[in-house]
Amino acid sequence: MTALPAAAPEKKLGLVIDLDICVGCHACAVNCKEWNAGGHSAPLPDHDPYGLDPTGVWFNRIHSFEVVEETGAGRTVHFPKSCLHCEDAPCVTVCPTGASYKRTADGIVLVNPDTCIGCKLCSWACPYGAREYDEDAGVMKKCTLCVDRIYNSDLPPDMRVPACVSTCPAGARSFGDLGDPDSDVSKLAAARDGYDLMPEQGCRPTNKYLPPRARRTQPDQGGDEAPLTPVAPDGAGVVARWVDRILSL
Amino acid sequence: MPQGSEPDVPLSRPYADELRKTTCYMCACRCGVRVHMKDGAIRYIDGDPDHPVNRGVLCAKGSAGLMQHLSPARLTKPLKRVGPRGSGEFEEIEWEEALALAAEWLGEVRARDPKRLAFFTGRDQSQSLTGWWAAKFGTQNFAAHGGFCSVNMAAAGLYSIASSFWEFGEPDWERARYLLLFGVAEDHDSNPIKLGLGKMKTRGAKVVSVNPVRTGYSAIADEWIGVRPGTDGLFAGALIHELLQAERVDFDWLAAMTDAPFLVIRNPGGPDDGLYARDADGRELVWDGARGEAASAADPDAKPVLAGERRLADGRTVVPAFQLIAERFLDPSYSADAAAEKTGVPAATVKRIARELADVAFEQAIELPIAWTDWAGRTRQTMRGRPVAMHAMRGISAHSNGFHTCRILHVLQMMLGAIDGPGSSRHKPPFPRPCPPGPKPAQPAEGPDLPLAGMPLGFPTGPEDLLVAPDGTPQRIDKAYSWEHPIAAHGLMHMVLHNAWAGDPYEIDVLFMYMANMGWNSAMNVPATLKYLTDVDEDGAYKIPKIIYSDAYYSETVPYADLVLPDTTYLERWDCISLLDRPISSADGPADSIRRPVVAPDRDVRPFQDVLIELGARLNLPGFVNEAGEPLYPGLYKDYIANHERAPGIGPLAGWRGEGGNQGGRGAANPEQLERYVENGGFWHERLPDAALFHKHANRAYLDYAHDKGWIPSNDRIVLRLYVEAMQKFRLAAQGHGALQPPEAHRRRVETYFDPVPFWYAPFESAAFADEYPIAAITQRPMHMYHSWGSQNAWLRQITARNQLYVHPDTAADAGVRNGGWVWIVSPIARVKAQVRCMHGVEPGTVWTWNAIGKRKGAWGLAEGAPETTKGFLLNHVINDLLPVRDGGLKYANADPVTGQAAWYDLRVRLEPCAPHEAGETEPMFERFAAPPPTGGRPDVLRAVGPLTAPGGGAPAASANWIGQRAAYVEGGLGLAAAGGGRRVDEPLEDPEGER
Repeated sequence: MTALPAAAPEKKLGLVIDLDICVGCHACAVNCKEWNAGGHSAPLPDHDPYGLDPTGVWFNRIHSFEVVEETGAGRTVHFPKSCLHCEDAPCVTVCPTGASYKRTADGIVLVNPDTCIGCKLCSWACPYGAREYDEDAGVMKKCTLCVDRIYNSDLPPDMRVPACVSTCPAGARSFGDLGDPDSDVSKLAAARDGYDLMPEQGCRPTNKYLPPRARRTQPDQGGDEAPLTPVAPDGAGVVARWVDRILSL
Repeated sequence: MPQGSEPDVPLSRPYADELRKTTCYMCACRCGVRVHMKDGAIRYIDGDPDHPVNRGVLCAKGSAGLMQHLSPARLTKPLKRVGPRGSGEFEEIEWEEALALAAEWLGEVRARDPKRLAFFTGRDQSQSLTGWWAAKFGTQNFAAHGGFCSVNMAAAGLYSIASSFWEFGEPDWERARYLLLFGVAEDHDSNPIKLGLGKMKTRGAKVVSVNPVRTGYSAIADEWIGVRPGTDGLFAGALIHELLQAERVDFDWLAAMTDAPFLVIRNPGGPDDGLYARDADGRELVWDGARGEAASAADPDAKPVLAGERRLADGRTVVPAFQLIAERFLDPSYSADAAAEKTGVPAATVKRIARELADVAFEQAIELPIAWTDWAGRTRQTMRGRPVAMHAMRGISAHSNGFHTCRILHVLQMMLGAIDGPGSSRHKPPFPRPCPPGPKPAQPAEGPDLPLAGMPLGFPTGPEDLLVAPDGTPQRIDKAYSWEHPIAAHGLMHMVLHNAWAGDPYEIDVLFMYMANMGWNSAMNVPATLKYLTDVDEDGAYKIPKIIYSDAYYSETVPYADLVLPDTTYLERWDCISLLDRPISSADGPADSIRRPVVAPDRDVRPFQDVLIELGARLNLPGFVNEAGEPLYPGLYKDYIANHERAPGIGPLAGWRGEGGNQGGRGAANPEQLERYVENGGFWHERLPDAALFHKHANRAYLDYAHDKGWIPSNDRIVLRLYVEAMQKFRLAAQGHGALQPPEAHRRRVETYFDPVPFWYAPFESAAFADEYPIAAITQRPMHMYHSWGSQNAWLRQITARNQLYVHPDTAADAGVRNGGWVWIVSPIARVKAQVRCMHGVEPGTVWTWNAIGKRKGAWGLAEGAPETTKGFLLNHVINDLLPVRDGGLKYANADPVTGQAAWYDLRVRLEPCAPHEAGETEPMFERFAAPPPTGGRPDVLRAVGPLTAPGGGAPAASANWIGQRAAYVEGGLGLAAAGGGRRVDEPLEDPEGER
């Protein structure tokens, strides 16, 4: 068993993911793969890359599914999922060696490869399935929130955010301190009813998801909802009525 | 219990030695990328924040560029075929032998009959070079892949609105309040659409997606309209019907910007019926309602009317073009109820959408405080716009009614006054161009060893522009610009193999192709296509005698070539993304860009464009050698990019021209031009002056600017066209007028489909096979794959390595198949086997799958048994390349009758459950061909990028923050700081050293 930081971390860095505009393009997943293949937890091996069952280590994966209501109305949802950097992270408390830990400075959950014994207890404990086992190295790996980018003064400033965030074409991903209620990400999450994934698990995830907005398939409320009115219901159409209307070139 | 002894995580350390900017080629978007180099190898690729196309974002494909660069399918050396075609048996040869052989074959053709070379390039981004090469060679048989991609969009746009949806126009993502997407299947153009959709939805604009399938963009649309395939034109026609009935039409805009008031002659049966009435100087006329007489359409003081039949002084009866359009769409066949029956979209939905369009266009009009002057010199204090934008793509273009359907969409835009105003769909420079477009396809060369007088592709505006013999026989191998497909502005690459095999209209000697997977997913009817490639005559000689192919990868097409010229990857070459070709401009101004070699090839491969220029010199083609016969571009493509001039002062790249390198657009060649591009991140972009940003077709400042750049032949106003007079000229010929008339067999077809007023008709196969084959079958391209290229990519194929057939649960139940079961997809010509996946978000009469996931055994460096080859399937196998045989044995291409665009999405099928023993693998399964050993090996485990090992690094920076749609939220008053991390287009990033 490993202890979480005794005091709350100074910051709660995390992601806000807007499901209203995520088109499910996998850009975040692939750019994450690309960066992290040479990053803090490198490598992210790919087994059988050109064979029958190509499988590799990915810190971020997109799940696409349909939600169908009893009325038959449905919607297609694209759901990107990576580590949620929980406040009560069961992957940390379950770790027998202290390898899995939550940083006191910013709340990022990381794995120390030097002390990880690859027992996989953390992946069983994580209700979100956000851990990735590197069977080559025999250690558990996971989203680092690009800890090797966000403070890296050797990077151009525009790169000092997680790779998934800077590459997202739809702008569906935001990054910042969710522990500060005045931060922009906190304001965004509050304004858009950002929610915790599976709160009943009691993990208090840091990342927030913004729900899809209501669809707009009905006439707008409050306005004149009638269809367009034909100008001349007696059959005198636009042609007859516009014979002598004078316009300008 | 272990306690918080946190390891020391290095937060700041060197990650790269150098950052090299170039242009992506993982799809057709042409985004700017930063390639981060470490120890001489590629460490990481991300989007360039400064680039006008992608603003720092990068899609899944672009982010996987490294794996494409390391593909096991990379070719390594020139190959000469030693086994039978299709066997994949080759011997490696040296470049000198390859070039000598190619030059010998090509030289023989040129000396005998240049048209017996068919030179077709696929996803070519250098068509201004390849087309010019074909012209200098002297063959009219050139085209790229547009004929099976989106020529319906390009042609309909260029003949109607002087630009087009993709790729000469774009929605005003910043200002539109309503967006209608038609048939946008997650592609073209990738990142700009995603950037724009995120922005629009965050601003609270409404996005409506009209598409039979609810994935991708349709999934996030505020409203998804699951239209039946091929009926979008009727849906849009019904919207026009509603707007016209309610007179919610921008009459003022139509009169000022379009041909709506232009007078059309009414003389049924006469040789001038349906042509514009013109004055003695050839100028179109309007009826001046104030003066009660005709006036020149070029007279800015004329006061036109839009309706009413009148008689001109010379006795001709005329009617304004608007009236012809109104009469068409007021017809009860375009009522919401009539449309509902065929489109599957309820009449109430049609009426509601029409209402919403009208409300946004007319009640929420935008006025920008920017003064501008129109073509006639009249200054207005504001720029007014109708904030309704539209975008359409493959779902519209890939039908046999795609040209007219796309025209209907443009008429809808024009009815709303929603072209190039603030908030609407906008032109991207160098468009708008004169409408109908200018250059005609060059006629065949006058003899052996002679070039064409112009470029092979162009825009016919009457029968005299066709490429036909006096008896009407097509003069191009693909029958483009013949009576079968008169406005085939991008050619018909999909018919080349069939026609060359059949010797119809003639035989060829050499087929030369580049970057087109014609032996697989770019072909209709793959089994027949493989026969065309391998069939022999009675002497045992191949019916297509010689095939030269250039590609970077071992695709399904390579084994059918006699000579293979291996190309480089996109990270190993010079290239230019030229305004002469397929521009990457934004609506705010022109742009072009380069590719530069980020790394040197580690194989014996050469950039195709270098090879083409060298062959041009070896063949002594004009333009490639000087009078002494010496190469004009000894530095090959790089040399050509910097020094070629197509017209005085106009070359492949528009930036940094002139002796001082300070001229944009026109100027002398500048030997340091490419250095300037590299310094600037690989691109050039010039923002239009504010007064030229909108209403470009009628905007004096813009027209002068564009003329000065050399994009338009004069600075006259460009009239947008509801009515396409050019089409009427073909129709008149079919009706028996004029010296050039279609052969009897084609008369009826030309008369029907060359209606100058757009109309909706059922796609040909739906009309022919609806009873026996009740289901429409279509494909979409996944956002993370581009054509065939994705499957060789170790990362992308982990996302999709096989495809399934997506079926509505009710449809599956009707067919007796369950989710996960296997089914035969039976078309009129063949059947293919697939696994079924049920989904609700599909129009019940439609089934669909991902495009180009299925692969042939032996191709793309994949191992035996890869799921792409055993479970992945292509619908191509069951799509006929020809329409059903007509009376007299006439065989038309399965294509649009106006443009020749391949009608991929017309496919009709029925579903038949597989027997239990048939489940588990796809069929047909083609024989495995031999393949070279995988380049770089085929490792069991791939560890692509080495870890960061460099010590040192500066002090850690404070962590930044980033809001994906900051500008839109700030605009929406959410209380977010205006400054801070976000897209660079929105605002500058905060200074990391500054206040936070």
